[in-house]
Amino acid sequence: MLESLKSFLEPSVARTPGEANNQLWALIYVLIIFAGVSVAVMAMNWLERKALAHFQVRLGPMRVGPHGLLQPIADAVKLLIKEDIIPSEADKFVFWIAPLIGLLAAFTVYTVVPFGPSQAVSDMNIGILFMLGVSSLAVLGVVMAGWASNSHYPLIGALRSSAQMVSYEVAMGLAVVSAILMTSLHGMGLYGVSKLSDGTGTLSMIGIVQAQQEQHVWFLFKFFPLGLIAFVIFAIAMIAETNRAPFDLPEAESELTAGFHTEYSGLRWSLFMLAEYAAMIAVSSIAVTLWLGGWLRPFPNLLAGSAWDFIFALFPGLTFLGLGAVAFLGTARMPKHPYFKIQTIGLAGFGVVLAGIGIILLAIPIAAKVSNHTLLNAATTTLLNVYWFVAKVAVFMYLYIWYRATWPRYRFDQLMRMGWKVMLPISLGVLIVTAIVGVLL
Amino acid sequence: MTPVATPFFFYMLSGFAILGGLLVITRKNAVHSALALIVTLLAVAGLYLMLYAPFVAGVQIIVYAGGIMVLFLFVIMLVSLERTVKERQFNRIWPIGLLASCALLALFLGVLAKGKTLFEGRPIPPLTESNNTQQIGLMLYGNYMFAFEIASLLLLVAILGAVIMAKKRI
Amino acid sequence: MTEIGTLHYLVVAAALFVLGVIGVLTRRNVVIVLMSIELILNAVNLNLVAFSRMWGNLHGQVFSIFIVVDAAAEAAVGLGILIAFFRNKETINVDEIDLLKW
Repeated sequence: MLESLKSFLEPSVARTPGEANNQLWALIYVLIIFAGVSVAVMAMNWLERKALAHFQVRLGPMRVGPHGLLQPIADAVKLLIKEDIIPSEADKFVFWIAPLIGLLAAFTVYTVVPFGPSQAVSDMNIGILFMLGVSSLAVLGVVMAGWASNSHYPLIGALRSSAQMVSYEVAMGLAVVSAILMTSLHGMGLYGVSKLSDGTGTLSMIGIVQAQQEQHVWFLFKFFPLGLIAFVIFAIAMIAETNRAPFDLPEAESELTAGFHTEYSGLRWSLFMLAEYAAMIAVSSIAVTLWLGGWLRPFPNLLAGSAWDFIFALFPGLTFLGLGAVAFLGTARMPKHPYFKIQTIGLAGFGVVLAGIGIILLAIPIAAKVSNHTLLNAATTTLLNVYWFVAKVAVFMYLYIWYRATWPRYRFDQLMRMGWKVMLPISLGVLIVTAIVGVLL
Repeated sequence: MTPVATPFFFYMLSGFAILGGLLVITRKNAVHSALALIVTLLAVAGLYLMLYAPFVAGVQIIVYAGGIMVLFLFVIMLVSLERTVKERQFNRIWPIGLLASCALLALFLGVLAKGKTLFEGRPIPPLTESNNTQQIGLMLYGNYMFAFEIASLLLLVAILGAVIMAKKRI
Repeated sequence: MTEIGTLHYLVVAAALFVLGVIGVLTRRNVVIVLMSIELILNAVNLNLVAFSRMWGNLHGQVFSIFIVVDAAAEAAVGLGILIAFFRNKETINVDEIDLLKW
């Protein structure tokens, strides 16, 4: 077993565990993704409450940990120890299985999400088709949750939510198809790269990012403004898919008493929230892969050369050092009162941890540049790929929170009208024009 | 990619498919039947993957499990009455139906037993699923272009028909 | 038995087909009858894809895509008819839908 552990780490054979037929490493990748997504969901929960609060000129959670950093843990503990209430006339089996289906659909998408040229659990040839199919299974969870609760608010909320999700899936699929179309059309990159030989396109996620790498352009900027319009349509559709503001009528508290998960309490409700945040991160990862160049760093061709490579390689360390500096600034601004001693020490410790991670992440590229050891080089490239991918997804997460704070909610008929009468024709138009432009150029 | 543990996956997936089929035709509650049908559809999609047909598997999951079953669940929620769960579930003539189905099964088994010799000596070669989607695309827009257009016309007619049938006032 | 050949897939498809036929012939609930029809169509699809694999070309897979499209259209129209009928007579049992007989 140790041989199969080590044989996969050979830097010369860079393949995904799926290609290498290595079940052990596939399992390890899956566990890493589980842990990573869970930590990301907790961080997202904290960030949402703090960012929403600051948008609304208030402070948000401040008591539980320093600046509310332990609030997600307190929330999780509260939800776990709550009483599990099931309505008396509810269909017990369907009531039990509905959050699991939502969770399954949200987490299975991560099987194809690529964090690097060989860092995906399994790079299927039909990667994007798989992702579209699995995210369409989430609708089933919502419908069953609403029906099994045997109460009219959840039923109406579930019907509205599933109608919304199904409507925006069509526009999402068409936007994805126009991005796939761009993988095989090699004309007009960002800097006017002329037509290379038109290869065949690909549906595999790693292949899409590699197509962006070969064509020297992120698909966001390709055939400008077609890529941008397709990206905007996907961005709007993915907000509607995950039932987030401004499309959160089915779960808005003032409208429908929390919609399809009204009758769920405690651990089951936390499963729904976990599924929602995980689905948000999953579709953001898909958007990043399809349009924003996945794991590629910004300006690989305009600012090329080993000097610029080294400067961009310092970004992960500098990011964490910056976060540590912000934590130390917060420590300095804490009130000087004995009640706040523990919080001050906690925040300072958190700052030390962040700065320590930053120093380690700075040391790896510097050591790789100095010594040029193959293992350190491989570690640097992996670190940079994962870092750029996660940074882009983090930007999307912040945008989600920003939209929630800024925009009012769509009424349901406005929502459906927009999905069918605005998004679908625009995405069809983008697809047709992309095909025509790609063939002509 | 070399296939691994093929008999295990085949028997597991076909077991799920047949178990799901059994549950579809025997459950009192229509929603339970719909859930069992979803299990069957996903198991059949897995069988398509084993037959090196990834595109058909993807289409099965997106269209069947993600679209048609949502439609079924919507309609079940719209038309289900409480009294239907307590009523008689099977027809009055169910022995005749069962007999006819057994005759059909016997016919199938007879044909399969007689034709077993046709399948020997023709082993299924392993295949790389490298460009299945591209080749299906070439065939759909090449040989089967006419059928493709007619299928889209069929879908248009079906959309119109379903909307008009379900409207309250035409 | 250890070598999974085409015949194994055909047996599974035949079993699904017979289960679908039993469902159509014996159930009273119209929605379950429609779901059994979907079972039958899936059995046919499995047959087609298995044969496509055996012969090594893709005609079977393309035909099965058309069958999926057809099944979607048929499910939509069938359920539309069911809703229209349910509005007139509040029942979804096939042996009570006998309005031609006064």
